[in-house]
Parts: sequence; C-alpha cells; structure tokens
Amino acid sequence: MLAFTLRRMLQAIGVMLAVGVIAFSMFRFAGDPVNQIVSIDTSAAERASIRQSLGLDDPVLVQFARYFIDAVQFKFGVSYQFRLPVSSLLMERLPATLELAICATLFAMVAGILMGVYSALRRDTVLAKLFQAVSLIGISLPTFLIGILLIYLFAVTLGWLPSFGRGEVVKLGWWTTGLLTVSGLKALIMPAITLGLFQMTLIMRLVRAEMLEVLRTDYIRFARARGLTTRAIHFGHALKNTLVPVITVAGLQFGSVIAFSIITETVFQWPGMGLLFVQAVQNVDIPIMAAYLLMVSLIFVTINLVVDILYTVVDPRLRSTVGRAS
Amino acid sequence: MTQPVLSVRNLEVEFVTRRATLRAINGVSFDIARGEVLGVVGESGAGKSVTGLAVIGLIDPPGRISAGEIELSGTRIDHLPPEQIRRIRGKRIGMIFQDPLTSLNPLYRIGDQIVETIRTHTNLTETAARKRAIDLLAEVGIPAPEKRIDGYPHEFSGGMRQRVVIALAICAEPELIIADEPTTALDVSVQAQIIALIKRLGRDHGTAVMLVTHDMGVIAETCDRVAVMYSGRIAEIGPVQEVVRNPLHPYAKGLMGAIPTLAGEDKRLVQIPGSMPRLSAIPPGCPFNPRCAFVFDRCRVDRPEPIRQGTQAVACHLFDPVKETAA
Repeated sequence: MLAFTLRRMLQAIGVMLAVGVIAFSMFRFAGDPVNQIVSIDTSAAERASIRQSLGLDDPVLVQFARYFIDAVQFKFGVSYQFRLPVSSLLMERLPATLELAICATLFAMVAGILMGVYSALRRDTVLAKLFQAVSLIGISLPTFLIGILLIYLFAVTLGWLPSFGRGEVVKLGWWTTGLLTVSGLKALIMPAITLGLFQMTLIMRLVRAEMLEVLRTDYIRFARARGLTTRAIHFGHALKNTLVPVITVAGLQFGSVIAFSIITETVFQWPGMGLLFVQAVQNVDIPIMAAYLLMVSLIFVTINLVVDILYTVVDPRLRSTVGRAS
Repeated sequence: MTQPVLSVRNLEVEFVTRRATLRAINGVSFDIARGEVLGVVGESGAGKSVTGLAVIGLIDPPGRISAGEIELSGTRIDHLPPEQIRRIRGKRIGMIFQDPLTSLNPLYRIGDQIVETIRTHTNLTETAARKRAIDLLAEVGIPAPEKRIDGYPHEFSGGMRQRVVIALAICAEPELIIADEPTTALDVSVQAQIIALIKRLGRDHGTAVMLVTHDMGVIAETCDRVAVMYSGRIAEIGPVQEVVRNPLHPYAKGLMGAIPTLAGEDKRLVQIPGSMPRLSAIPPGCPFNPRCAFVFDRCRVDRPEPIRQGTQAVACHLFDPVKETAA
C-alpha cells in the first residue's frame, strides 16, 4: 500500500516536471514579454535594464532552473499587468474558484447519484424518463448558454438571484468565503448549477447504467435469495458496487470543473482564477497563464492520486492485488 | 405419511415476450419430505432452475407463475405479496447458486454478509450473530473461522466460497434448501466435498433439499428420489435406485445410458438423437416424441400425464393401460 502510494507520487512528480517545462517554454515562445511591459517610446537602455531586472538575459537553463525552484516555493513571478506577485493574485482568487468548484461537484454528485439510482430502480416511471431526457439536454447544451438562460430566468425575469459577482464575503484568515452570508449563498446558486450540470448528467447516466448492470449480477440475485430487504440490497449491496466507477469519474471531473470554471466564471463575472486567467490571456500576461497551467495540473495530478488511493479503500480486491504487486 | 416440506402441484411458469408467451414450466408436481433430498435432472433449458426459482419466488418479469400451487409445510406461498415471500426467502428456504465466485458481494467481508443475513431473519444482536456466523463457518468446514470471518470473498478459493454460500443459505435454519447446480463450477475433488457437506447438513438438521443438477453421478450419490425433467415437464420421478437402474421413460433410459461406468463393457455410450425443442417450438403431444425410439401415433397428439408404476411415476403413453386395450 505504501509502496503503491509512493510509486504513484513519483509518477505525479514526473508529470508536474513535464508541465513545468511546458509552462516555462510559454515565456520563450509567446513573444517578448518586455514589449508587453514597456510603451513604444521606451529607450533600448531602459528595455535592457527591465530585461535584466526580470532575469530574461540569463541562459535558458539558468532561467528554467530559477523558474522551477521558484515554482516549487509557489513563487510564479510578477504579473505584467498588475505588477503584483502572481502567487498572491492566485491565492486571492483561489477560494472563490474552489468554493464554486466544490459546490458544483457536490451538487453534481448528490443530484446525479440520486437521479441515477432512481432512474435505474424505477426504470419505467415517467419521472425516470424525464430524467433521461433532461440529462440529454444537460450533456448537449454548452455551459455558457445554460448560464445565460439561468440569468435570464432567475436574475432578469424573476429577480430572485443576483446575475453576477460573489456577493458579500467573509474573511477567514487568508481565505475569503461567500458561504456565510445570505448574498454570498444566493450568488453561488446559479454558477454552481451551471458549472455542475454537465457533471451531474454525466454522473446520473453513469450511475444508472452501472446500477442496472450491478442489479443483474449473481450476488444481487443471491442477496435476494437470502431474503435481505429491498432497501439493503439496493442501497447497501448494489449502490456500493456502483460507486467504484463513479468515484473515478467524479474525481477526474473535479479537475475539469476547476479548469472549465473559466467559462462559468466569465458568464457570471465570478472573481475566481478562471476570470483572472481570461484577463491574463487578453493581456498576454504570461506569468499568470503559466502559473494557472501549473496550478490546474497540480490539482489534476493530486486528484488522480487521491482517486487511486480511494479506489483501494472502496474495493478490497485492489488492496490485496496492489499489496501483492509491491 | 407426514406432511411434505415442499409440495408443488401443477406448476406453470410463463415468460411473456413480445412475440409469444413461452411456457417454461408446464404442469410440474412433486413433493419433498423432511430430510429428503430430491434430485432434479435434465438438459439445459429443461426448466430445472426455473422450478427452483419459482419455489423461492424469484421469477423476475417478464416471467410469472401462471398456474399451480406451491406449499411450504402446508402453507401456500406462490401468491404471497413480495414482502412476505421475502421474509420466507433465506429464513425458511435457503438457496445455493451455481457459481460461488460470483454469488458473494466482492466489496463486503464474508462475516458481514452472514451477520447481515442472520440479523435480517432473527433478533440476534450484532455480537451474537457474529458468534453464530463463526459457528456456521465451522460447521460448513472452513478452517480457522474466527480468522476467516473477516476475509473478503476474493481471499477464498472456489470450494471455500461455495462453503460460505452454503453457510449463508443455512444461517436461519431453513426447512428447505434449493441447490441450483452447486457443484458445476467446482473441480471434481471439491465437488465430492460439497456434495457430502450438503448431504450431511440435510441429515443433521432434517432439512429437505432440492438438488438441481445435470450430473447423474451427483444424483446417484446424493439423492433419495430423482425427477427427470424434459421441456418443462417431469418425465419420470421415483426413488433414485429405481430410476437409475430401471428407468422407464425412454428419455430417462437415454440419460442413464449416457452415464459412463468403469465396470461397463467396452461399448459406445448411448446418445439421444436430436436436441430438446426450443420453448417456442414444443411439439404437440409428448414433447419428446420427435426424438423417441418408441414413438407411436398417440404420442404426437396426446400429452401424457404421469402414470404410477410401482414407486415410480412416468409420463409416457407406453405405460398407459389404455394403450394396452387400444393396441
């Protein structure tokens, strides 16, 4: 188990190194950053001194080593547009994005699993068929459209929910949270639903398919022959077996939720990392883009690692084969 | 004669499909007494397993019991509401399935699965149920049960898993055990152990056993009586020695002739020509008539009813006294 975890961690470090190379090379291939900082009438001497102060005249390898060592310490340089350290910009935005992503994922998992289980157990009911139809819409409609439709309905027409922003936030140390104020919670509802809808339909369809599969297995038939209650069979035996693949998908999707929150954050003007990234792209603010790339890949790699470990917690068969392999 | 544990009368099971209604079981009747082992043999698709599932109330739609009666110790159980038949399953009727590798939930410790079953059917506390689970595992011959109880199914061999399955089937001391091909998925040496175990449990607890199999060797070794099924009907039923040594029905003769013996002369095994008809194409009259060597006109129109012949009963016109007078 420990060897397995260590091996997975080494692989994760390898992936992060590769991403680091890509992030660093963005600086070299996305044009001369000095031009982004200075105006047209800056003298060559001034340009050279800026270049030197940013360390852009050192050999590539030295620059990479320096970038890498800094990145490990969460120093991603200074933003070209804000003239502020990228890490503090990201840290300031991180709580907003994480809160949004976690709420969206929770919504997706709870609603997805409930709807999936229901539509597997009551396959022929009208409601189950409605869920199937709705899930098709959820999978095929693009996020920005859903967001705009929600804004139109709940913010513009009904006026129940705010159409943009995060509402009032409360500071808890460096973390800012919108979960403790009414306006913060109200502001969270629509972005979380918009962001989680795709994941919800995905999980719902997955749970439904898996559940139907599991209900056909011999051990469910044997559980029925043992006279267990329908409740124990469906929610104990069947659901637990269904959740193995759901954990993978939900875990991997959490990474995508963070990465794709760019669109939702733009639609709802949510002050998170995604919005920061979009602004950075517009202004060719490479330090932010590179740092965002690193952050998102770090989140992905961490989630993969956690999912791998979670697997072995849920499925005892993996525990022993993993143990034997190591 | 005392009341039989299981009494099945004129059972019919139908499967309603889009094209037609298929009758998988057609007028099956038999009894199993306390402590008796009834073997049910036949080819694949003869309706052996469906009969077992019908008794325990696990025929899933589109299948349904369309006629007949099933009585367990004198109480009719075939038309009970789902919740009531659920209480009987596992408590009064235990069932063992064919494949021990897939019968146990891979994600739960075997002890938890046994305790769960015990606690569903009794008022035992968690601790008492666990103690009982250990006793059960010891009874079915699992070494070091107090250690193995916390094992997961994949940590057991096929034979050991079938023992766990048997422990699960008997954990509420049922009156009847239905064993659906319990040894088919096991290798031969383990088969003998499992058969001996089922036999011993039946004897020790006075449990009636319905043993579904297509292995005549298992039947001959284990059963008191045997029912030979063909196309959803019982072709012949009787004490096992009689049916094996002196089969009456032409199909039973064919089956017994197909058993290889060590002592037997050096001759080819008898083979029954053709194969069992599909459910959608059962011929009128006796379903065996297209393959029967003794077929005559009446077999093609008239369905034979079981006729008593000594201790045996056989569904064949050859044994009908009416035929004697007619011929």
